[in-house]
Order: sequence, then C-alpha cells, then structure tokens
Amino acid sequence: MIAWLLDDSPTSRLQAGLGRAWRVWTALLRNPLAVVGGLIILVLVAMAVFAPLIAPQSPVGQDLANRLMPPSAAHWMGTDELGRDIYSRVVYGARITLLIVAMVAVIAAPVGLVVGAVSGYFGGWADRILMGITDIFLSMPKLILALAFVAALGPGIENAIIAIAITAWPVYARIARAETITFRDAEFIAAVRLQGASSVRVILRHVLPLCASSTIVRVTLDMAGIILTAAGLGFLGLGAQPPLPEWGAMISRGRNFILDQWWVATMPGFAIILVSLGFCFLGDGLRDVLDPKQGEKQ
Amino acid sequence: MSVPLLEVEGLTVTFPTARGPVDVVRGISFSLGRERLGIVGESGSGKSMTGRSILRLIRPPGHVSAGRLVFDGIDLLALSERRMRALRGARISMVMQDPKFSLNPVMTVGEQIAEALLTHAKLPRRALKARVLSMLEAVRINDPERVAGLYPHEVSGGMGQRVMIAMMLIPEPDLLIADEPTSALDVSVQAQVLDIIDDLVTGKGMGLILISHDLNLVARYCDRILVMNGGEIVEECRASELHLARHPYTRGLLAAMPRMDEDRDVLPVLDRGAWTTGAGT
Amino acid sequence: MAFEPSTGVAAVRAGMLAGRAWGGAMSLLRFAIVVAGTFLGLLAITFFIGRVVPIDPVLSVVGDRATKEVYEAARQAMGLDRPLIVQFFSYVGDVLRGDLGRSVSTGRLVIDDLARVFPATLEMATTGIVIGVALGVPMGVVAATRQGSLVDQAIRVLGLLGYSVPAFWLGLVGLAVFYAGLGWVAGPGRVDIFYDGLLDPVTGLYLVDSLIAGEWDIFRNAVSHLVLPASILGFFSLAYIARMTRSFMLDQLGQEYVTTARVKGVPERRVVWRHAFYPIRIQLITVIGLSYASLLEGSVMIETVFSWPGIGNYLTTALLNADMNAVLGATLVIGAVFILINKISDVLYRILDPRARR
Repeated sequence: MIAWLLDDSPTSRLQAGLGRAWRVWTALLRNPLAVVGGLIILVLVAMAVFAPLIAPQSPVGQDLANRLMPPSAAHWMGTDELGRDIYSRVVYGARITLLIVAMVAVIAAPVGLVVGAVSGYFGGWADRILMGITDIFLSMPKLILALAFVAALGPGIENAIIAIAITAWPVYARIARAETITFRDAEFIAAVRLQGASSVRVILRHVLPLCASSTIVRVTLDMAGIILTAAGLGFLGLGAQPPLPEWGAMISRGRNFILDQWWVATMPGFAIILVSLGFCFLGDGLRDVLDPKQGEKQ
Repeated sequence: MSVPLLEVEGLTVTFPTARGPVDVVRGISFSLGRERLGIVGESGSGKSMTGRSILRLIRPPGHVSAGRLVFDGIDLLALSERRMRALRGARISMVMQDPKFSLNPVMTVGEQIAEALLTHAKLPRRALKARVLSMLEAVRINDPERVAGLYPHEVSGGMGQRVMIAMMLIPEPDLLIADEPTSALDVSVQAQVLDIIDDLVTGKGMGLILISHDLNLVARYCDRILVMNGGEIVEECRASELHLARHPYTRGLLAAMPRMDEDRDVLPVLDRGAWTTGAGT
Repeated sequence: MAFEPSTGVAAVRAGMLAGRAWGGAMSLLRFAIVVAGTFLGLLAITFFIGRVVPIDPVLSVVGDRATKEVYEAARQAMGLDRPLIVQFFSYVGDVLRGDLGRSVSTGRLVIDDLARVFPATLEMATTGIVIGVALGVPMGVVAATRQGSLVDQAIRVLGLLGYSVPAFWLGLVGLAVFYAGLGWVAGPGRVDIFYDGLLDPVTGLYLVDSLIAGEWDIFRNAVSHLVLPASILGFFSLAYIARMTRSFMLDQLGQEYVTTARVKGVPERRVVWRHAFYPIRIQLITVIGLSYASLLEGSVMIETVFSWPGIGNYLTTALLNADMNAVLGATLVIGAVFILINKISDVLYRILDPRARR
C-alpha cells in the first residue's frame, strides 16, 4: 500500500495526489509542534460538532441562584453573571469561532486566488489595475477597516464575516499572482493552450491547483489573526450578538467583573489563545513541509 | 625542517544528519613546516573542512576530534575559546573563496583591513593607517588611499581578493590557509592573485596550505601535495614527483587533465570503481 | 592589472552617482504617485462605506419619522441626488480641506475632535514601540546566536503568543493583576481624576507637557498610568520585532563575511553586533516602521480597555453611537498615518542601504 503511494511513476491522477498527501502527512507527523497544533484544531472541530454531548449544560440556560460562582467540580470554569456555565458556553462558542474562520476562508481565499491568477496569467493592464486595488487594500489597517465596514453594515455575525473577508483576500491575490507568473510561460501551460483550452479552463484546471499549497499554508497562518479580529469585533459588541456564546463577547461581559470574578473574562480568553496557537503551530509545520522556500519570511 | 609548524593526527570532522552522523573528514594525519602544502580534491572531499577545523571554525552541530592538533607547540584542542581567538588572524589566517561574499558589504575595505590588525594590537591611528596603506601596496593595489575608502561592491573580484589577502596577512601570521582563493575569479586574474600570495608567503617565511580542486595549479605553487578523497588522504607526494603518483584516484585526476600536445578527442572521466576508499560518500 | 585600471573604477563610480541622482528623482516621483494612489484608494473605501453601504444614508440623518419634504431637503443638502462619481470628488475635496463633517455625539467638528485625541494615542503607541524595540531587538539577536537553545525556544513561544493573544484580553488581565491585584500601576485613564485638566496642553503628550510645566507629581502619575497599556502594546511589537530580528540574524550569521571576521580573531560580541547586526539595521527600520503602524491600529482595542482618551477610544465610542462621520474620520486618519509610515519605512530601506542604492 505504502509502496503504491510512494511510487515514483504514478499511473493515475488519484495515485499521484494520494502519494503527495501521504508524503505531506508523514513529514507533518515528524514535526511535534505541528502535531500539537493539529490536535488542538481536531479538538476544536470535535467540540463544535459534538457540543451538545460535551457541554454539561445549556449555553443559554440561566440560573440566577448560581450566578458568578468560581470554578468548581460542578462548573469547571465557573458561572457568569446570569448563572450560565462558562465551560458549556466555551464549548458552544467553538461552533461560532469555527463558523467565522471557515466562512472567511471560503470567501476570501477563492476571491483572492481568482484575482491573483487572472492578474498573473493575463499580465498587462488587467494585472496593473487588479494589483493596484490589491495593494491599496493590503496597505490598509485591517482591523480598522473591518470595524468601519461593520459599523456601516450593522453588527452581527454575518456582517463580521463579510467585513473580515473583505480585509483578508488581498494576501491570497498576491500569493496567487506570484505563483502564476512563475509558471505562466511553462511548457505544460503552452501545451494545454495548444490543445485549444480556453483561458478560463487553463486558469481553473491548471493554474489554480498549483497555487493551492502556498495558499493553504497562508490561510492556516492567517487563521489566528482572523480569530483575534472576530473576537475583537465581538468584544466591541459588533460581532455575534447576545445570547450567542461568542468568546470575544463573553470576555466583554466579564469585563465588569474582572476585579472580583476573574474567571468570567479570562476563561474564554484561554480558549482563544489555545485555538490561535494551534493554527500557528499547524501553519508553521505546513509551511515547512509544503513551502520550504518561504522560510521565516512573513 | 626542524620542529613542524603544524601537526595533525587523526583529524575527524563529523556532522549529524537525518540518517545518523556522517564523517566528512576521516582521521587524517599530516604535518607542515614553513613550506607550501597543497590539498587537492573534488568538492565534498573534506578539504575545506580540514582547513576550517585547524582554525576551530566548524560551527555546531559539526564536531571536530583529533589525536593531535598542535600548532607551533600549542595544543589547539586544549585551548580555551578566548586563547584560540587570540591565535586566529594573528598567527593562523585564512583567505576565503569568494570576495563577493567574504567581505563585509557595509564596511569599507580600509576599515576591514584595519580591524584585522586592531584586533590583535593597539596602534595609534596614524600608524594604523600607514600600515593599512602599505599592506594594500604590498598586494599591488595602485591607489591604496582611494581603495581603502571603497565598499566591497565597488571593487572588482580580483581586487577584492587582493584586499582579502591584505586583510589576512596584515597581522603577519605564521600560517596562511588559502581555501580555493581563485576559483571565484576570472581566469585572467587567477595567476596574479596566486603570485601575490606566493611572493608574500615565501618572502616572510610563512607556512601555506593551499586548498584547491585544481591539481595543476597546486602543483605549480606548492612544495608538497596531499590528495583527498571521501574525507581521507589518498596520496601524499612532492609536487615535483606528482607524475609518479600511484593511487588510482590521483592517476585518474592526472589523466583527466588536458595537455597542450595531445590529440585525445574525449577526456577520460574518473572510474570510481578503481579505488574503494571513497565508499559511503 | 590591465583589467582593472583605477580610472575605470572611478568612471564607473561617477556614473553610478549620476545614475543615483536621476534614479532618486524618479523613485521619489514613483513614491509620491504610489502614496497618492493609495490615499485615493483609502478615500474611495471610506466613501464607499459611508455613502453606499448603508441602506439609506438620509434616513440615518433625519430619522425614519421625517416627512417627505424634510427627507428630500436633507437628500439634496447631502448632495445625494448627484451622480456617485461627482459625490466622490466633492467628498475628496472636503477631506482635502479638512472637512470631515460634524460628530453627532460630541457636536464638534470631527477634525477638531481628532486633533484633540490624537496625541494620547501617539504617546501610548510611541512608548509601546520604544519598549518593543528595546526588548525585541536584543531578544531576536540572542535567540539567533543561540539557535535551538532553551532561550531560543522561549523567545519563539513568546513570539507565537504575540500572534495568538487577544490584546483586549491581555489588557483586562493586566489591569486585574497589576492594578487591582498588586497595585503596581495606576488604573484606566491617562492621569488620576485629581490631576485631570491641570496641564496646559502644549504638545498634548502628558509626559512632555508635565515636564515642561515642571509638575513632577503629574509626570509620575502619567507614567504610572501609561506603563501598563504601553507595555502591552510593546509586547505585541516585541513579538514581531524579535521574530524578524531572529530570522535576519540567522541569515547574517550564516554569511561568509561573518566567518571572515571570526578568522581575523574578532571577539564574538563584535562579530555579532558589528558584522552580523550592523548590516541588518536598515531592514529592521522597515520592520519597526511596520510594527509602529500596526500599534496605532492595535491601540484601538487597548484604548477601549484602558479608557484611554485616544483616537481608538474615540472610534469605538463613535461606533457604538452609530456616529458615522466620526467613524469614517477616525478610520481615515488612522489609515492615512498607517499608510504613510508603511510606505516611508519601505522607501527608507532603499535609500539607506549602500547595496540597494545601486
């Protein structure tokens, strides 16, 4: 089986793809930090999927008799000002975090990839205009831009996702353009074109797949920043609205009790840090495996 | 040759790799008086590592071990890093391969030469400047005053290498290691640079280790030759007796050299099956 | 000798100098165009946010109970009956004249408000970057010289934490520990209420103003208020600066000329600082510039947590009051400063490096 995966001359696209995946996988396993990062994200996903099974209590069920209880066996992370179990809310909060992160990646990465690939593939004026716009967005302060967009769109989880995606795509456009330019004039692209493939087909079938690995690395590394921005919007009351258990919003509510009931604000913060670190570790590991020439550069 | 300047016994340089430690130099021994010794070998034969390990400049994770590594009666292996540093430059020096990379790009040529001297001796400014300029003259630079104020990217490769030589010889060391000093230069200036090294070394009665992949060149400028292959010394002979060399590797190298009066259509390539020492590289 | 006559080198050098002057003028022009273009882009974005995104900008001004006549009058007064492109250019004209509109919540001109709050942000971000550079650069150098050691690992983890810890959370925890718990620093705000308004605003920077006035008590009090938020900002810039310094230094320490210095017998300390560090100081200027710009942005969260009366706090307050003129004005100013620092540190690198000048 492994011999088939590592065959130097794969007989099908599937075999080649699986073989490559297998090599990446084994290389990743040799990097302890990447493994830790991957496990953290696995736990995050599991928490999001099985939240009702994992969380001991409802994330919104109030219990005013037990408000602001310190961490104990019954409430691992204590309770908040409405007596809700913070641990349960953190578990359910994983769903929101994962939703935001996934949606931003699903919106921003393809947009950036297409802009960059078109720009790099056609060159000339298309390139200059698209990259001009990209550079303008790149040199804006991301958080401020996201804040202003949410201010105009109105608070809420969907608008937060849109606002973050608007600030996130230019990086991918830059990466895709740089990659596209390196193989735009390659023989295999010329061969495909000679067979009569349209530009759309060349870009979709041959250019974009080649940009995939560096984009995956970049997306993973950006996740921490996206989580922090989303939490920041939540903290300012512009992201997910109560009673949704969004981690940033939970910290914001705990702000009033930070001096006496420290756990209300700190616990969701630990969740944010852990998940962000997980993505950082995994991203670093993926970069070493998939994109070694990128090295330490930002 | 009374007391040798440098004695090396069982020198081994090891680097760890993913597949376990690899010896790039395998227990070689030689000694050197105030003479010119050539070390020849292809890239990867361990000749550069030999040069650097004499200066104890193999960076971790590389590791140097030896039975004896004695310079002028001083046991280099037992020396503290601090005492070793006092020796570097002042008594043992090294000319490196490519002046494009081996000269600091943001210091002027003059500053870099002066630094070599100042590291080992306190000198008043005026005397320092005079020494730097006369050293530049000694490596046949016409306009030392002006060149001293240039940055490395403003001088040519040949001039850069002469600056390098000036920098390495200004503290008047006893032993100079020249590690491929001309392989990055234009053919037209190679001989000139080697002539300068030769003149200064013989004039001051220093020892020289000339490391090169070029058998011809080493034969011309050295008294004695070591041929290295796969981290081991496979041949040792006087330069004048090179044609008597017995080891198949050396014979192979000699055979592969083009001659003026020959009529071969194809130069022979090395037949690596002819000797066994290089196994594992 | 024939191949390198000294006159030839001199001629080449003179030519390089002339080329440098011409190239300098061209790159200055290019720079100006790029910056102007980016500013125009920023204006287009704020214009888009302000006039296009809201469902009905008129409604947000007159309220939904306005009569049709009032509504129409407001619409014309706001110039919204004109084509978008005309509106955009009149907007650009307004901004260039310094007219950012009037804040609904403070009742003052936005530009005046911003001028009043900006020094507070400047003071905090500048202190932050000073802390970040003072600690981050040496940490990066040490980490690189001891690659793989425990110190290196610790600095690496610290660097990654800089990418994973929410600033506002760290601010809250910092307040709880150092202000409420240990009592080492003063709490939110720039000075104690007791001292508020005692200073003549000369520069708007309390540290400077209190020194000018010779008010040592206020100075000490301001320092005590500033130290925690500035240190937290400093931590984030430290994480970035140390990480970049480390990777630059690793690259440098592998260079041949560093080995050359060691061959000369140069002491290790001088090898590290004079031979390895000195050439990267220009790259570091760019990194520090980028970090400084991002601190201006990062101060939004920190100011909110520390009730620091700066531009970030102004922005978030305006956000919550749906005061769009103030939001867009603050966005514009932060964006403009951010872009300017970014671009300048980018060019500075090219001007200062003797190798890049060619």
